[in-house]
Amino acid sequence: MNNFTQPLGQPLDRVDGQLKVTGQARYAGEFTEEGLLHGSVVSSNIASGRVVRIDASKALALPGVIAIIDHTNRSKIASYDEPYEDADSAEGSPFRPLYNDRVLYSGQPLALVVADNLELARYAGSLVVIEYETAEHQTDLLKLQGEAREAPVDLPKPRGHFQEEFAGAAISLDLNYSTPIEHHNPMEPHASTVLYQGDGSLHIHDKTQGTQNCQSYVQKVFGLEKQHVRIFAAYVGGAFGSGLRPQYQLVLAVMAALSLKRSVRVTLTRQQMFTFGYRPRTLQRLQIGAAANGRLLAIAHTAIGQTSRFEDFTEHVVEWSGMLYHCDNVQLTYKLLPLDVFTPLDMRAPGAALGLIGLECALDEMACALAIDPLQLRLINFAERNQNEDKPYSSKALRECYAQGAKRFGWEQRNAEPRSMRQGRQLVGWGMAGGVWEAMQQKASAKARLDHHGKLTVSSATTDIGTGTYTVMTQIAAQASGVSVKDVTFILGDSSLPTAPLQGGSFTVSSVGTAVQQACEALKEKLLAVARQTSAAFAGVTAEQAVFEEGHLTFGEARVALAALARDSGEEAIEVQVDAEPDKKREAYATATHSAVFVEVLVDEDLGIVKVNRVVSAIAAGRVVNPKMARSQILGGVVWGIGMALHEETQTDHALGRHMNHNLAEYHIPVNADIGDIDVLFVEEHDEIVNALGSKGVGEIGIVGVAAAVANAIYHATGTRVRDFPITLDKLL
Amino acid sequence: MNPFHYSKPDSVQDAVHLAGPASRFIAGGTNLLDLMKENVTRPEHLIDITGLPLREVSETARGGLMIGALVSNADLAWHPLIEQRYPLLSQAILAGASPQLRNMASTGGNLLQRTRCYYFYDASVPCNKREPGSGCPARDGLNRIHAIFGASAQCVATHPSDMCVALAALEAVVHVQGRGGARSIEFADFHRLPGEAPERDNQLADDELITAIELPAAGFADCSHYLKIRDRASYAFALVSVAAALKVVGPIIREARLVLGGVAHKPWRDKAVESWLTGKAPSRETFTAAADTLLQNAEPLEHNAFKVKLARRAIVRALSDAAQGGQPDE
Amino acid sequence: MSATTPDAAQPSFARLPLGLTLNGQERQLEILPWTTLLDLLREQLDLVGTKKGCDHGQCGACTVLLNGKRVNACLTLAVMCDGADLVTVEGLANGEELHPMQRAFIKHDAFQCGYCTPGQICSAVGLANEGRAQTSEQIREGMSGNLCRCGAYNNIRDAIEEALPACMQGVGQGGGQ
Repeated sequence: MNNFTQPLGQPLDRVDGQLKVTGQARYAGEFTEEGLLHGSVVSSNIASGRVVRIDASKALALPGVIAIIDHTNRSKIASYDEPYEDADSAEGSPFRPLYNDRVLYSGQPLALVVADNLELARYAGSLVVIEYETAEHQTDLLKLQGEAREAPVDLPKPRGHFQEEFAGAAISLDLNYSTPIEHHNPMEPHASTVLYQGDGSLHIHDKTQGTQNCQSYVQKVFGLEKQHVRIFAAYVGGAFGSGLRPQYQLVLAVMAALSLKRSVRVTLTRQQMFTFGYRPRTLQRLQIGAAANGRLLAIAHTAIGQTSRFEDFTEHVVEWSGMLYHCDNVQLTYKLLPLDVFTPLDMRAPGAALGLIGLECALDEMACALAIDPLQLRLINFAERNQNEDKPYSSKALRECYAQGAKRFGWEQRNAEPRSMRQGRQLVGWGMAGGVWEAMQQKASAKARLDHHGKLTVSSATTDIGTGTYTVMTQIAAQASGVSVKDVTFILGDSSLPTAPLQGGSFTVSSVGTAVQQACEALKEKLLAVARQTSAAFAGVTAEQAVFEEGHLTFGEARVALAALARDSGEEAIEVQVDAEPDKKREAYATATHSAVFVEVLVDEDLGIVKVNRVVSAIAAGRVVNPKMARSQILGGVVWGIGMALHEETQTDHALGRHMNHNLAEYHIPVNADIGDIDVLFVEEHDEIVNALGSKGVGEIGIVGVAAAVANAIYHATGTRVRDFPITLDKLL
Repeated sequence: MNPFHYSKPDSVQDAVHLAGPASRFIAGGTNLLDLMKENVTRPEHLIDITGLPLREVSETARGGLMIGALVSNADLAWHPLIEQRYPLLSQAILAGASPQLRNMASTGGNLLQRTRCYYFYDASVPCNKREPGSGCPARDGLNRIHAIFGASAQCVATHPSDMCVALAALEAVVHVQGRGGARSIEFADFHRLPGEAPERDNQLADDELITAIELPAAGFADCSHYLKIRDRASYAFALVSVAAALKVVGPIIREARLVLGGVAHKPWRDKAVESWLTGKAPSRETFTAAADTLLQNAEPLEHNAFKVKLARRAIVRALSDAAQGGQPDE
Repeated sequence: MSATTPDAAQPSFARLPLGLTLNGQERQLEILPWTTLLDLLREQLDLVGTKKGCDHGQCGACTVLLNGKRVNACLTLAVMCDGADLVTVEGLANGEELHPMQRAFIKHDAFQCGYCTPGQICSAVGLANEGRAQTSEQIREGMSGNLCRCGAYNNIRDAIEEALPACMQGVGQGGGQ
């Protein structure tokens, strides 16, 4: 064609980069107006019981304290479960903040202090005295695991004859793994700023992964008209799942704003970031049998997760064990144990990040037992089809991930013997694991608008939680419309925009990207129609013949600026809105992203200190829209995986029923010094089925398998197999 | 945090005259404000001492150094005389906190850091240190990070400072001034064990202000090492740390200093082991025997028995590295 | 300021004067003694570029440059900054021209959600001012007071390594002059 650079696939800098590096990007708790009130949450310190009395007299006596809202004086909120359900609800009765006197978990919000400044609100909160009637509580999954019951999910039916094959296998292993509670801890604490409008409607800046989810929730819980609630989330300071459900600070802020008819902001403290959803603790059992040649004969994966007394949180922990490898005899079991805790919540690669720890560590243990290279074992058992669904994959370049990742890492130099590699005092270990995540697509809508200056504005109610949505949607729109990147603006984070699903599950590019692409395609049709009517040169031109590039429509020698077509249209701008949904052709296929992760650890033999020295992560995720941003997503996922392997653990005092290391000094996430070299490579994967973009999304796949690869490397370094995560140094002494 | 009165005196005299049971001196504020925001501490009066003339590092007539209480941790760690003569102290400081906090925190304030015990920090649960008589949930609770030496039935907390471990090894002297005048306290006597009064971390009276830390001449610059072991590579408190300093003449240890951090309510120094080391040859066997002796009286709790094993290995490592000239042999 | 005798029962809600240079401009403010520098910036001056991630000195999101040195604004009482020279992320660029560290952060995609970014950048400028870190290993340790939950650490290191020489040559010391 010509030297026009196709926007798709370019490593564009973040379009919101300048605002972020200059401190100009405003997050939910950073909007203000004259007279804004500040709320501070008072939380329970018992895990179960009732509130007998709340004495707020000392707090109310302070000048500047406006109100103290609790279950006795709150405004009216819905009294059935349905209004509290949201797009990411678990089965059961959703939590209702300040609903009644019942205490369901330690850290539950029990009152909101509203004052005319933040410091005063927090101080006044410390003066509120709550009297409780305490009841017995249970928070220990390990202790009570025998009481777990079947999770209310449709698991793949058992296939083949697991028991017989497991019993008869040349090697059969029965292994138990455990993973701790983890909290999302995005750097930005959850916050809602409710700006009370003159007409009584609410403009709410909320930290969320779903503006419309929050809009509908607020509307239903408070019985408001839809047009009276508008949610904004232009910038979100990380979320990783914590913003999938409306969080309690939103309810409290709205409650205060409606009763006081004032604008109110509620920002949670870091400590309070440990008082809602989290990745649940799991106990996993892997029974795995193989023939001497490495063929997997039997896999059983049982997981027990914790949940709250009021909702059954479920996630896909065990399904992966029926699909990542070819195995004809599979039995999957998933149980839940309700405890006096808050309901867990999806957290980066929910389920898979947990289940793949069990599966991929067990595979490594099997490889050792068989004396087969762990990578070879995976190739022997490569799954051509998804046996859970009995479907072929739309594309699956996992073999290429294995091959290219291994080559980049130097895997063939590996000495299989544990403790065989050393650098001075450090034992060196090499481990690997595979990863998988479903490539989903949801319904989504987008609007495209081209003005008289040739500027294209595309919008959808999605968010950008750091994933690069602003940037990649800009690229998709530019590619699909033929408008130059510099003339494209993508708008998001506003519930009044065209419908978008929650931002999660790595399906934003697939869902919203498809809508953006289709909106721009539709826009081109309109532009072409204008051209046909207004210019003889384009009279008979078909859509296939027309070329849209660099802001112009061309056909042979004829060339016209898109801006001119917008002007010629007689309209203020040319505008189209489309509703996109997954293509029917997906239904015959399984769709997934895959990865192969290779890890080198250095372990101080005497002191047990583990350093993840280098990681190679090879990813198959279809077409990469922006390699710079996609790489960043994978880097982040790998860092999360390292944290899962070595650092992260919310510690609960079961006598108190309370999380105790609820701060960033003692809840350890990796710091810069913990992270070694990370090499990300994307293997080529062509996929015409998953969606028209051929792109699968990369938000989750980066973390999946990493913790197992680190654990396997630690075994290789030390000969010690730690199955209780995180692998802190005390477990290696 | 609670409202308070704020004063900024410009002389030490004025500062100590303002002080009382409900007041606190503030310099860096890195721990005090943290505790105030958690409602662990609620002083009625903050006395800002940053206007006092306590920022000098000067040489003493006895060949040591006098460090003003307001010298920041970063300035101290990077002071040429500290780097040259007391590398152990420099290493220990740089192993602690973050660059930002080290820029803020003062030398005097570092001594007054309070424990990182989860229960102490959470004002909604019992803690004898925070609220005497309320109980100690750590003793039978989450005690992985707690003491293996010198704990009491009332308190099993540890002292969190890295700098203090080195200062204990260097036999620093704490200079304080109160309304009744000035006095000096040997470092080993400055911090207390919890005993029956875990609310008291040290020997300071309410009106006493730390004015300076004095380092004796012996800096062990040739053979010292600070080893810190923690749950992540940086910006975390010590599970166990070791300050090891040796004076080796020919094939013989002439003098030894060995202090552990992260294991007790104060930097844990065992003079008997130091004496035992004196006169021995610096070998792995010697160091292992010293570690075994030091740790034989350890009293671990349910979740921190690993600290005994870890401390043993850390002592051997730190002494070995100290004997090698302080540079870790990678 | 002279010493005053406090009346313990009645903490004074009277505001105290505070004079400082903020991003190159002289400012005369009045504040309550318990207002932290972070809350002063965010709540009173609407300079929300300095972020609150933990409010306890455990994350570094609130890092600012106080007299050229990086500090956590959340654990600094504003009243104690009288006479100081303060630079926040809003004061790093020279008009429209970004500070070399800001440019490098964009180029290397050294952030995702952007919430820790102002603190990372101020911390990196502070690191350059200290002149103690040159190698990647030293940058890792020297930047470990700034958590990034998105996990952009490798890109942060690359950005700093690239921008350090320009910063060390005195371009953008973060002094606000």
